[in-house]
This record gives sequence, structure tokens and C-alpha cells, in this order.
Amino acid sequence: MKKTMMGNFAASWGAQLSRVQVIAAYPITPQTLIVEKLSEIVADGELDAKFIKVESEHSAMAACIGASATGARAYTATSAQGLALMHEMLHWAGLARLPIVMTNVNRAMAPGWSIWADQNDSLSQRDTGWMQIYASSAQDILDSTIIGYKVSEQVLLPTLISFDAFFLSHTVEVVDMPDIELVDKYLPPYNPEYKLDVKDPRSFGALTAEEYYYEFRYKMQEAMDKAVDVIKEAGKEYEKLTGRAYKLVHPYRCEDADLILVTSGTIAETTNVAVDELRAEGKKVGNLRIRVIRPYPKKEILEVIKGVKKLAVIDRNISPGYSGIFSQELKSALYNEVNIPVRSYIAGLGGRDVKIQDIKDMANDALKNDSPNDLIWKGVKL
Amino acid sequence: MIEIRMHGRGGQGAVKASFVLAEAAFQGGKYVQAFPRFGVERRGAPVEAFTRIDDKPVQIRSQIYNPDGVIVLDPTLIEVVDVTKGLKKGGWILINSDKKPEFYDFGDDYKVYTVDATEIAVQNRLGSRTAPIVNTAIVGAFAKLTGIVKIDAVFKGIDNSIPRSQEANKRAAKQAYDAIASR
Amino acid sequence: MVIKFQKNDKPVKITGAKDMPPMPAALGSMLQNKTGSWRNVRPIIDYEKCIKCFICWKICPEPAIDIVDELPVINYDYCKGCLMCMEECPKDAISYEKEGK
Repeated sequence: MKKTMMGNFAASWGAQLSRVQVIAAYPITPQTLIVEKLSEIVADGELDAKFIKVESEHSAMAACIGASATGARAYTATSAQGLALMHEMLHWAGLARLPIVMTNVNRAMAPGWSIWADQNDSLSQRDTGWMQIYASSAQDILDSTIIGYKVSEQVLLPTLISFDAFFLSHTVEVVDMPDIELVDKYLPPYNPEYKLDVKDPRSFGALTAEEYYYEFRYKMQEAMDKAVDVIKEAGKEYEKLTGRAYKLVHPYRCEDADLILVTSGTIAETTNVAVDELRAEGKKVGNLRIRVIRPYPKKEILEVIKGVKKLAVIDRNISPGYSGIFSQELKSALYNEVNIPVRSYIAGLGGRDVKIQDIKDMANDALKNDSPNDLIWKGVKL
Repeated sequence: MIEIRMHGRGGQGAVKASFVLAEAAFQGGKYVQAFPRFGVERRGAPVEAFTRIDDKPVQIRSQIYNPDGVIVLDPTLIEVVDVTKGLKKGGWILINSDKKPEFYDFGDDYKVYTVDATEIAVQNRLGSRTAPIVNTAIVGAFAKLTGIVKIDAVFKGIDNSIPRSQEANKRAAKQAYDAIASR
Repeated sequence: MVIKFQKNDKPVKITGAKDMPPMPAALGSMLQNKTGSWRNVRPIIDYEKCIKCFICWKICPEPAIDIVDELPVINYDYCKGCLMCMEECPKDAISYEKEGK
């Protein structure tokens, strides 16, 4: 059923529809509404779950880890500083291979104290063994939560779903809520082979010498590789039930493009509008939205961009001392495969608005300039 | 697509008004987007909220700079903020005011409408006498002004987005719908 | 390493990643790994002196002191002989002997 809702509530309803059994969370702007709503849902008896109030985000993730290890479906949500505080536990959840799904509202890291959109918080957690999804609409947030559990529980890796503060978190839009019967059909109860069970005792996370630690890392990579296909399958199955398709990458008007813009998050949606306007001006520009960055969809990206003359990446994040992170990832995917010049733009840090005209400016700059460039600051005030 | 900006004061319900407006348009079969000015809200301080209405899903994710129309929930704000900032030529300004539209002079570029939403809210006991809740009345006036949504859709929107006093809110919306004055 | 992953499984010999579970998880490794063999001194409780304060039970780091019939009882399968119980006993009810005598 179609309803209007804030992006944050799309995350809450996504968790509710996934029938999560344990929620442990600590509030932080702009995430607060997600768990506030979930605590209401649990208190009203609309979801049979344990809501654990904790004293920090580190504890929130620790509680999710404990819950997930017993075979419960665990959920939490956070943002920026909260996600950073979880860092140690993120590695733990990853290597313990626990299919936790977490929502992160992308918010700039402080200082300067900021509550606005920026991807540096989640991209700083890129190497913790979590799958990472960047949602671009409230619908995407809700659907990705459900699909997230489906994928996570098959490959035994946690999923982090991130989306831009305010541009999605506090924006009301139309979302099609799937019926619970349909979600139940899609997402069976979680019943892992390995779990904490007093009747069948087992030790988890014990000392692991170099004799085996290396192999656990190898197995994690195997799972990430497998996840690429599992995400595709889970997306196709979801499309059959709901009509909505979710892939690792979402190309828009890329087929005959001279220039493909590579984007993520809400900037990707605005870029679709900019692409329509550029096309109307006779400029052959496409948009490739990267929805999943871990596992990295290298093959899927190469399929879309092969044959294009130029690429331009728009990053709402930066690895200080080098460049935008999506840009680095893309360039490493191209190397050894195909030689296409890449121009890399930084835009929208700390919630600075990225308007249609800004995107058109970057596209026009990339169309005009044939030389690659690792770092262009769009709109920086000097 | 039309884009609307609301001006209000923190605590007056401008953000809620943008949501009710979106809900009404959605009930009228439209795609919508509504959001506050991103940031912190303080009681009494000027706040802004926005609504986009379109026939197809709204993909623009940037803020609104050149609205088609502006709604002013508190007429005293007109002296404090430039409510016409970025307003498209030929755009409209809907003011909650007991004055006639002629009272306000924004030049010839804009159409001005007024409705005494405060009085209507008080009559229907929405909020308190000192802090009446005017958002449903103003949405009723908006429906008449733009014709984008029918009054029935506004009623459905109220049912879906207002948790209590739904009948009083509907009466207020209808009264404002009938009472809006234009220049 | 030889290990059992499921209760009723035959112990599996691990030669590489293909034999391993996804995460470091093993069935009751403590059941197989009796750490009491590491002990070179053996604490002994004198129940004549014991006042059942259970401080030894509380502080045993293993924990290898159980409560059996309302008395603290040392589980020598796991006691490593650290003698913290002896140090902390307020009634000097715990003494020790050398192992292998």
C-alpha cells in the first residue's frame, strides 16, 4: 500500500516488516526518529521484539552481536560519531559472520559540529567486513532493509544501509509498503547452523592463532564474492514480488553516452534529472548510480562503462590526502581492464546542497576537458 | 511540478503544514515530497518548510530555491524575512491574515491571497487561543487557490496525517477553502 | 587440529578453509581441552575450617570452583593451580600440595 512517510520511518517500517527480534540502539540526530518509531512499534505490540536501551553505540552493536550469535534477527541504527564509536564492534560482527542489518544516516563527522549529509562516516567503515548499500530514496531504504536480511543471512555477513541526512531522513515522500504476508514469503525466519545455544554448547570467537586466522579472512572474501550473485538473485526475487528492481549498480541513460557520471546516494537521483536536462540540450550524458560498494561490483560497472569516452565521479566524501573514495574505487576497477579518463569531483560535503545546475556544471566541465583529474573541488569558496 | 515554501515560526506547525499539504496532494493522486529547512528549530524563530507536488515520482533531492508559491503562516514574519526571496515571477503568496490582500504590497510580480486561518482555527478550537494551529485551514485555502487538490483529498489527508480533532480540522479546511480572498 | 563441529559429528580433521566453519566456532572445545593438566600445584579445601563464604568460588578466574551440596568444590579437570583461592580465603581453609608427588 502506498503511503507518505519520512525516510527515517521507512527504515523503521523496513525493520518491522523484516520481523527483527532484537533492537539495541542509542539515539543520535538525524537517526533518532528511526529508533523512536521502533520503540513505539514494539511497545504497541506490533512487533514481537526485545528493545534494548543501551548506554552507547559501542554497546548497541555489542548487544546486536550477542543477539545475532544466538540466532536472533538483530537491528540497530546510528549516524556519524555513533558509527565511529562502534568501530571495534563492526569488525567483530563482520568476522563473527553475523547477519546484522544496520541503518546509518550519513552525517558529517565533527568538528565542526554538523548534523548534515556526508558519506565519510560510513566509508570510514569500508574495511570492517560489512556489505555496504547507499540508498537513494525512502522506498530504497525500506526495501533494502528487507533485502539486506535476505542477503546477509545467506552469506553470513552484516549489511550497512546508509542514506543522506535530511535529504532523505527528514523528507516525506511516497513509499509503497509491501504487505507483511509478502515479506514473510520472501524472508523466512533466520535459523543459523552455528549459534549460541545452552543445550548445544559451543565456543565462539576464541583465540585463533595464525594457523587458522588467515583462512577465516579467506572465507570472508569468499562470502563477499558470493554476495555479488546473492544480491542479484535477492533483487530479482524481490522484483517478482513487488515490481521494484534492486541491483548493485543502477545505470540511467548510459547506453550511447559520451560521458557517464558516477554517483551515489541522493545525488544520484538529482543527477537523473540533470541527465534528462543535458540530453534535452543534445549532450550525451548518462548516470551510473553505485548502490552497493561492498562487495564492489567491478564486473557490473565495467559492463556499463565499456566504450564510454569519459567518466566523472561525484563524491560526497573525501579521503584526506588523496581524493574522493568512490573515485579511488572506480579507478582501481578500471586499471588493468580499460583505459578511460576519469575526472573526480568533490561536492556536497557537510550537507552542502548539490543542485541540478551544480551537476550540469560538473558534466559540462568533464565534457569540455579531456584530461583526467583526481581532485576537483566543486563550489569550494576560496 | 510545483514547489511551495512555507514560512512560520518554530512551534507553529509549518513543518506539519508542509506534511499535511503533501498528504492531501498524495490523496489527490499526486507524487509528493515535503521537508523542513534542514537544521535546528527554535520556538518562535522563523522556520521554513517545503513541499513538492508532481504527477510523477519526485527525483530532485536538492532544496527549493525558486518556489512557485509561498505560504506565510504568521503575517508578522513579513517584516522579519523576505518571503518573496526566489519566488518565481507570477507566483503566489498565501498569507494567514485578517487583512484583505490589498493591504500587502509585493509589487506586480506576484498574486496575493489572504485567509484568516487564525480566526478559523480559534473558532474550531484548534490549538489554544494564544497558539492556534492553523495548518489545516491554510491547506484548505491552498486547495482552492491552486486547484491542484480537491477539498475531498484535503479531508482524506487530514484523516491520515492528523491524529485527533479530525472533524474540527476538516471544518477549518472547508471554511478556509470558502473564505480565501484574492486580489 | 582435530575438532567436532556438531555434537554427533565424528571429529573432523581440518586441513584448510574448506573444512572450517565461517566463523571461529567450535563445539565445546573446553570439553576436550582439560586445562587441569597445566597445574603443578593443587589447592585443597579444609571443610572443617570453611565457613561457606564462597569468596573462592567468586574469585576463581577459570572458573573451576563449583557449588556442590552448598559447599565450594574444586573441579580439578580445569583448576590451573593459580592459588588465588588460597590467597583470598579469610579462614586459611585452603592449602596446597605439589603435583606429581
